[in-house]
Amino acid sequence: MPKWFQPTTLLCAALFAISPFVIANAPYESTMGLVQKVFYYHMPSAWVFLTASVICGIASARFLATGNPRHDRTALAAAEMAVLFGLLTLVTGPLWARKAWGTWWIWDARITSSLVGWMIAWAYLILRQYGGPGSEKLAAGLALFGMANVPFIYVSVNYWRTIHPATTVVPKLPFSMGFPLLFCLAAFYLLMFLLMTLRTRVAEQQARLDAIYLSLDEQA
Amino acid sequence: MLRAILLIVRKDLTVEVRSRELAYTTLFFAVSCVLVFAFSLVQEGRAAEGVGAGVLWMAIMFAGNLALGRTFERERQSETLRALMLVPAPRPAVYLGKLTGIVLLLAITEAVLVPLVALLFESALLSHPFWLASVVATGTVGFAAVGTLFAAMLVRARSRDVLLPVLLYPITVPVLIAGVRATAAIAQPEFEVDVVRFWLMLLIAFDIVFITLALWTFEPVMTD
Amino acid sequence: MTNVDFDEVSAEDVSRHFGRRRAVSRMTFRASRGTILGLLGPNGAGKSTLLAMLATLLRPSSGSIRYGALGTAAGAALRARIGVLGHDLFLYPELTARENLAFFAGLYAISDTNGHARAALERAGLDTRSEDPVSSFSRGMRQRVALERALIHNPRLALLDEPFTGLDDASTGALVSRLKMLRDTGAIVILATHDLDLAEGLLDHALFLRDGRIVEAMIAPDALRSTYRSVIGR
Repeated sequence: MPKWFQPTTLLCAALFAISPFVIANAPYESTMGLVQKVFYYHMPSAWVFLTASVICGIASARFLATGNPRHDRTALAAAEMAVLFGLLTLVTGPLWARKAWGTWWIWDARITSSLVGWMIAWAYLILRQYGGPGSEKLAAGLALFGMANVPFIYVSVNYWRTIHPATTVVPKLPFSMGFPLLFCLAAFYLLMFLLMTLRTRVAEQQARLDAIYLSLDEQA
Repeated sequence: MLRAILLIVRKDLTVEVRSRELAYTTLFFAVSCVLVFAFSLVQEGRAAEGVGAGVLWMAIMFAGNLALGRTFERERQSETLRALMLVPAPRPAVYLGKLTGIVLLLAITEAVLVPLVALLFESALLSHPFWLASVVATGTVGFAAVGTLFAAMLVRARSRDVLLPVLLYPITVPVLIAGVRATAAIAQPEFEVDVVRFWLMLLIAFDIVFITLALWTFEPVMTD
Repeated sequence: MTNVDFDEVSAEDVSRHFGRRRAVSRMTFRASRGTILGLLGPNGAGKSTLLAMLATLLRPSSGSIRYGALGTAAGAALRARIGVLGHDLFLYPELTARENLAFFAGLYAISDTNGHARAALERAGLDTRSEDPVSSFSRGMRQRVALERALIHNPRLALLDEPFTGLDDASTGALVSRLKMLRDTGAIVILATHDLDLAEGLLDHALFLRDGRIVEAMIAPDALRSTYRSVIGR
């Protein structure tokens, strides 16, 4: 493991440990009360989910173009991040929505697009798991198609319910709510970075193991 | 390249005319789907308001999924897809040839589905035939464009039967939404041209983007 | 598309693995015009994988395959000079023999596809059955049509995977003479087979394969069965 890994992990753990206190100190939102605080975990999760999806798409494109397995490992790690943080987003979202809009689910453009994007990330993992040998390239093709699809998904979902889309439901945040948000954003991105580093290393070790196996076989 | 595409399409048509297996089974399956939806959605002898558009597109997507799977299963039998990859014709020609075949097959199915749905679900689908034809055509092409690539990709994969819908349906969500919304707008008593035109534009954009993408990725994805 | 040609096919330290399984391990050999090279070995020795790589269907994990001065980057032009008879025959059962041949002839950019198809069927001795669907043919007849399909564009390199499987005596004899004819016109013929007795009179060179490696190479091989037993050991 690279030298910076452990101290960075400790930093990340510290950020997450402190975050409840930072969030608690943020001003109480008038209509929603305590549950609104979920938002501080929900939005960073959503951002990380989105970032991971984009990373997966780009890495897949590079893998298809060059065939370098490093890109494939990055794409796989990113897809797993996307599924993990996407799940977090889709679970914390309804928790917030129940209080904000009185309903667990709403077919809002962003939420629905996220759901579809999450399913594509999940389909990527299913394909890699159950597709048999050679599924890395197929999954890369899927990721590429998924990434190209983002504008289409967003537009179609946005205009799906009504031809006149509703204005954004995320209210403007006063600065005092801004700092905890940035804090949590930093914590989440750090977590994603660490997990991806870990995951790509595991995949790399696996590839090295396979290579050793093969070379041993050769010498026999 | 064009010659190769035409040869492949003609070959598929000949095979199909001889066996008629795909056309009949896809058609029958599509009709069964509509029946299943009818029994689920018709309450007290009347179909729910505006459900016809949704039923039509659900049937198209389910039947399309089946047709895609069967078409490539056929090519898998004697490994003829491998033989097609060996010929000196540009590889994307194979993709375009199969795509044309699938679209034709689905067109035949839709020719039966549309009047059937209009009838059973009391939907005024046929009130603006030109618009409906455009929407159904572009939607089918979009669905088939993605589906042909995925089905070809999965020919040599394990669990390919269940993987095809898993991959295909999330990616074709925009086609589904656009198709249903446009069809519903057509079936409405007050016909709003702008709405239909908007969804049609979206479908055309989808078709162009994804056929281009499929042409680029067909060779790298199909070769080991 | 420019016409390419080559005088020999060479594999240099070619390997192919699938995950941890090494299917082909560091094979090196050469085959020139006017030779029939046999790949002999038990199941799982890597014969089919090697043939797939020679056919440009699979890329080697390492090493290189060259066709004269050309590499696999020559793409479509190279594919036009390679003919493959796979284990699964590559024929459409619903089409007639003539239609199958004409279809592939068209894809190989041959004009007068029907003329060529008919000529090929005559060579195979099947011109009376040209309008019958291939599904009605016996295994031997299908094999003959499949062979003609593989050769209809006069390939420089002919790759055959277990072509003698399931053939009766008459068909086998016909296939042997067809292959010899092919060799005499200057093609490179590489075939994988289990049938050692047949191979004996047919092969100019032989490679014995086991577990993805070449364990023995023979020129003008004879006494194949005893060599096989001693080298492969099963």
